[in-house]
Amino acid sequence: MNVLNFVDAFFSDSAHWHGYDGIPRRLLEHVQYSLLALGLAAAIGLPVGLLTGHTGRGGNVLAFLATAARALPSFGLLVLIAIALGFNLLPVMIPLVVLAVPPILVTTYEAVRSVDPAPVDAARGMGMRESRVLFQVELPVALPLILSGLRSAAIQIVSTATIAAYVSLGGLGRYIVDGLYQRDYEKVVGGATLVAVLALTTLALFWAAGRFAVSPGVRRR
Amino acid sequence: MESVTKRYPDGTVAVDQLSLDIPDGSITVLVGPSGCGKTTTLRMINRMVEPTEGTILLDGTDIQRRPVTTLRRSMGYVIQNAGLFQHRTIVDNIATVPRMLGWGKQKARARAAELMERVGLDTSLARRYPYQLSGGQQQRVGVARALAADPPVLLMDEPFSAVDPVVRKGLQDELLRIQAELGKTIVFVTHDIDEAIKLGTMVAVLRTGGRLAQFASPAELLSAPADAFVEDFLGADRGVRRLSFFPSAALELTTAPVVRADAGAERFAAADAPYLLVTDADGRPLGWGTPAGLAAGDTAPDRLLPYGRPFVPGTDSLRAALDCAVLSPTGWAVAVDPDGRVTGVASQTTIGEAIRAAHAAGPADRAGVAP
Repeated sequence: MNVLNFVDAFFSDSAHWHGYDGIPRRLLEHVQYSLLALGLAAAIGLPVGLLTGHTGRGGNVLAFLATAARALPSFGLLVLIAIALGFNLLPVMIPLVVLAVPPILVTTYEAVRSVDPAPVDAARGMGMRESRVLFQVELPVALPLILSGLRSAAIQIVSTATIAAYVSLGGLGRYIVDGLYQRDYEKVVGGATLVAVLALTTLALFWAAGRFAVSPGVRRR
Repeated sequence: MESVTKRYPDGTVAVDQLSLDIPDGSITVLVGPSGCGKTTTLRMINRMVEPTEGTILLDGTDIQRRPVTTLRRSMGYVIQNAGLFQHRTIVDNIATVPRMLGWGKQKARARAAELMERVGLDTSLARRYPYQLSGGQQQRVGVARALAADPPVLLMDEPFSAVDPVVRKGLQDELLRIQAELGKTIVFVTHDIDEAIKLGTMVAVLRTGGRLAQFASPAELLSAPADAFVEDFLGADRGVRRLSFFPSAALELTTAPVVRADAGAERFAAADAPYLLVTDADGRPLGWGTPAGLAAGDTAPDRLLPYGRPFVPGTDSLRAALDCAVLSPTGWAVAVDPDGRVTGVASQTTIGEAIRAAHAAGPADRAGVAP
């Protein structure tokens, strides 16, 4: 039996489409964990990145923190925190947020830093306040790069959120963890396929968001 | 500006004890080599740079006493490469300051469209984005954006340095036209002395270290440079360029060698001149010919010598007249009226005499003489 047979068998089994362990429910859980983690990471990474990028200060500290955070193993962190804090959502969120903040923070900082200084100078020279300079001049131009940081963070979260299953939570990781335990490889492959499809959907959503939110003058078409 | 100094924390002095009285309603040019503090001086006027010492007064009031955003919104600011907002359309770029001042969207856009016409931009470009425009067009948008809220003062920092010479000349002419129409107080920074002389009502020449070398009108600068630095900075041909400030109206013209193409062989042969200027029946120049050649029937335009570029007495300067004479193969400059009809010719000798007479009388006001 090859992988495609597994995939076919998994998705054509109607038992997988409803109930407590059904695909819609697991998918919804996975999306919920991912959105929460991305939201938290963005709430930390975006403001700090925008502010440091605008002022140009703190770049070295950021680079150090980002490198350090990237070196942390998500799974190890999960197990450690779960033992310390118990089996709930918090031990899942912490490693996911730690994973997602560096790409958001570093690309946002770089995106704002790399905005052409001439329009920024012109904006200040015509009497624009600093907050307006950031949100009306720098942000719209930096947006494509900022979105790319959010996108890579989102994809990493979607792929890594499977670890929630290890601490008895739901999500698509359930299929992989349970499947491995039960030696039910149809389930493992099915779960992995769903994760991959969700990651690709995330990619498509960010592409659409870019089309919608980035000015044609910046996209240059 | 009263003894303004800008000293940076590392001890570098960008501007040193600079005092300038910038006249209202005219173009004052700050010119000098790189590192002479001309841009720093300009940026101190809208407080993009704060002076270390000295005060800058605007209409008698210290600019430090006004809120910095209010001050900047009352001054148009144009920079090199325009610095347009690439995410905004042309019309929204121009409407930026009116929108900041709280104008409605429709009113601000209507004003922007009006300004596009004023700076010579087709309003069909209004919905385009900056990347779709050429460098010269972008710079026009930059000027329109600076003029949008009708500020009394316009600060321009090397605005035309990044465009090619032909486009630059167009932009310079446009700026002079806009200035004549609107009467703004313009402070213009450039490193190009020719641009300074062309645009400036007054020119401040700065030397390295931010010290004022000379503050004078272009004509005075060319005729009496304050020192060797200014003389050197003006370049080798300042004598010829100074002729731009002498009108050609008083130039003595002669019509003796001017003949019509259908005058007849006898008229040609009787002429007492080495060359004759042949005109058509309307009096427009065709070219030069020798009396013998013309008498032999060589009156077709392609058999005549070219007459070069004619000058218009009263509009053009002595520099233009001299240029015509130098370019003409016969050494004679052709004078025409504004409709292009020949009013006479002048020899290099006549022009030389006019130059000597003009020098004796001193340079004229810029008015009425195109540089």
